[in-house]
Amino acid sequence: MTALAPMTLCLLILSFSPLTFAVAEIVEFSDESLRPRYQQLVEELRCPKCQNQNLADSNSPISQDLRREIQRLLEQQMTDQQIKDYLKTRYSEFILYRPEVNKNTWLLWGSPIAVVLVGLLIVVRHNRRVKPSLTRHVPVDSRDQQRLAAMLRDEENQR
Amino acid sequence: MNRLALFVPLVLFAGLSLVLLLGLDKDPSELPSALVGEPFPAFNLPALSDESRRLTEQDIKGDVMLINVWATWCFACRIEHPMLNNLSAQGVKIVGLNYKDQRASAQTWLADRGDPYVVNIFDAEGSLGIDLGVYGAPETYLVDAQGIIRHRRVGVVDERVWNAEFSELYERLTGGKQ
Repeated sequence: MTALAPMTLCLLILSFSPLTFAVAEIVEFSDESLRPRYQQLVEELRCPKCQNQNLADSNSPISQDLRREIQRLLEQQMTDQQIKDYLKTRYSEFILYRPEVNKNTWLLWGSPIAVVLVGLLIVVRHNRRVKPSLTRHVPVDSRDQQRLAAMLRDEENQR
Repeated sequence: MNRLALFVPLVLFAGLSLVLLLGLDKDPSELPSALVGEPFPAFNLPALSDESRRLTEQDIKGDVMLINVWATWCFACRIEHPMLNNLSAQGVKIVGLNYKDQRASAQTWLADRGDPYVVNIFDAEGSLGIDLGVYGAPETYLVDAQGIIRHRRVGVVDERVWNAEFSELYERLTGGKQ
């Protein structure tokens, strides 16, 4: 029994640690259904100060402010898209970890598809060119065989 | 034709190298500004010097001016301050946005280092900061007489930055008179 207590404590600490890593402060919502949306937004939006972190992972003051702002906007019944637009008009598109498709980002979104398509095209064309010669059965009779041997011999002698 | 096709990978590689080379020159910490060309956001906040005085976006219209985001906790603002004093002495109108600061320490700062500001907006919560997309002090905005943001600088404005980014635009907007 006495040995069980520390173990339970360890298990408890282990099971809660990912939560404490994700968001430092406790966030209260009037309606619990907002929480998953909040979580989704802070993970998908980028901290403007600390370039390679999302709002959920960052402890910088600006991320704390923006998390608070997102919570406030959620309570105002704004949709996810409205919240993203709200922040985009202030912090530019940089804040979206998943940039929208527009004239600046079409290359970014399109290039993987283009590369796959070009690859497919190359494979198809290559197969079309190579396959017939591989599958066609070329009969070689004894006369051809002799000519072939002679050619190879000449080749050898020339070297 | 076939021989030329052999050069396709080389050309592609050269193109990619060029794109990456151009990217090297860019400062990744510099965010594209969403607000250049847009009107200065609406606000209603107290003045730093006088709690009872309310300031709104109407107070920054009518003249070309700089809006400087600063705070006493911001180390780079210390470095920038003499330059602001300089500009103010040259007749440039500067409105301060005291960002997430303590009123008393901000007032002491201005008493100690000189006050280049026409007026200071006291934004304790950082609400105007969020509307402006402020992500680090100091930041400086050049706003024209109609209250439209014409330029934004994130980071210290020193002699070099002023000459490179602001002075020409400022002269143009003020029509040469200072």
